[in-house]
Amino acid sequence: MSRYSALALVRHALSRHRRWQPAWREPEPKRHYDVVIVGGGGHGLATAYYLAKNHGISNVAVVEKGWLGGGNTGRNTTIVRSNYLRDEAAQLYEFALKLWPGLSAELNFNVMFSARGVLNLGHTLQDMRDIERRVNANRLGGIDGEVMDRTRVQEMVPILNCSPNARYPILGASWQPSGGVARHDAVAWGFARGADALGVDLLQRTEVKGIRSADGRVQGVETDRGFIGADKVACVTAGHSGVLAAMAGLRLPIESRPLQALVSEPLKPCLNTVVMSNAVHGYVSQSDKGDLVIGAGTDAYNGYGQRGSFHVLGHALQAICELFPSFSRVRMNRHWGGIVDICPDACPIIGETPVTGLYFNCGWGTGGFKATPGSGYVFADTLAHARPHPLAAPFALERFARGALIDEHGAAGVAH
Amino acid sequence: MLLIRCPYCCEERSEEEFTCAGEGGIRRPASPDDLSDAQWADYLHFRTNPKGLHREIWCHTAGCRRYFDVVRDTVTYAIHSTTPIGATPATRETDD
Repeated sequence: MSRYSALALVRHALSRHRRWQPAWREPEPKRHYDVVIVGGGGHGLATAYYLAKNHGISNVAVVEKGWLGGGNTGRNTTIVRSNYLRDEAAQLYEFALKLWPGLSAELNFNVMFSARGVLNLGHTLQDMRDIERRVNANRLGGIDGEVMDRTRVQEMVPILNCSPNARYPILGASWQPSGGVARHDAVAWGFARGADALGVDLLQRTEVKGIRSADGRVQGVETDRGFIGADKVACVTAGHSGVLAAMAGLRLPIESRPLQALVSEPLKPCLNTVVMSNAVHGYVSQSDKGDLVIGAGTDAYNGYGQRGSFHVLGHALQAICELFPSFSRVRMNRHWGGIVDICPDACPIIGETPVTGLYFNCGWGTGGFKATPGSGYVFADTLAHARPHPLAAPFALERFARGALIDEHGAAGVAH
Repeated sequence: MLLIRCPYCCEERSEEEFTCAGEGGIRRPASPDDLSDAQWADYLHFRTNPKGLHREIWCHTAGCRRYFDVVRDTVTYAIHSTTPIGATPATRETDD
């Protein structure tokens, strides 16, 4: 892999940029791999990268039915934060958050991580009590955060409607300065290029049709390009996890629903942080390009159509316009949905299934993007050593039988 | 926006009048005390989550407030049937 650098840019300019190499190969599938990762999104590609980088396991294929990063990796609102309530979840997300600032250098690919901070608004006394509890829990766990009153929120975001007569009065907020946003496509491409350089085969336009197992042990995957054998199969398929599980004769505690987002026309800089509100189901940031990136809620029922109910979008936009009156005449450019995999406790499932050698990393639901590097890191470690990484251990599938759920609906809610 | 026919009110209404109560056709175990933790978890949390036809329970929350069975396609979102609760036998036993 040739490294990207300012010098390389100058050198390629001299040859009129005709000699750039593709960022990754388009290999033919081998007959057998040590690990086959199903799903070429951010989490799957990060898993492949860290398997090769940290554990020297490079006889790995990433099997993707569409194109890399074409699912939820390219459909989220790119928010990165770690201010979750429960220790298990907060520490997992914090581990991921710590990887973000060094990711561009690590991957030699600009993921445009911008630690511009995240505000979570409180509109009622109970919101503020919950915020204080969450910030205190975070600080005890070594995670940055503070509680802000209305005056400070208004100073930070002058265009926010902080009037006491507002439809959604703002009493204060939690503030996590180390949070922010990143360029979602670049994360997928960076991990893909890094994994490819370490010898991982990225098999795009290859759809898994079945999972073959014998005597309770996985043997490989049936694809539309033939059977691919594997010692271990790792499914990182987000909204389609239930479909993959059914191929192995399993059920998961997961339901798949569309989550919607939209972007506006580009505006001059007006919002320099991320503003989220769980209570009114809306959150917004401004991309480097200038468009407002707005997230809505999930549908209230299962669905695999990558769109979503119109009234869900309406509620989010009503709330955004109440919070930011100046946005009321901004035109929206695009709107889409991604299929998110929601667990009863709004926490992921990371680990082996009852089928030996078959692993799942799923259930990230509405908030998986922020965890991408950490998720790949701990899942690769779990796969390499055939035992859970310490941070992943509380997220094993067995927690549902033990009743050890990690109730994160308060902090995960609609906020991503 | 779905238009859902309530089998009790016998008319099509907007989805905003309804609440989806999740997967339907799951029979509650007759004697939960006799189940293993894994079997109880399967009943409580594990869902079929199919891509295609899905049996669900809905409630006409802003109407008659009664529950009913729905068979809906999770890809096309087409509703194939809505029937009063109990009219269709359970399709999923927990003790499997």
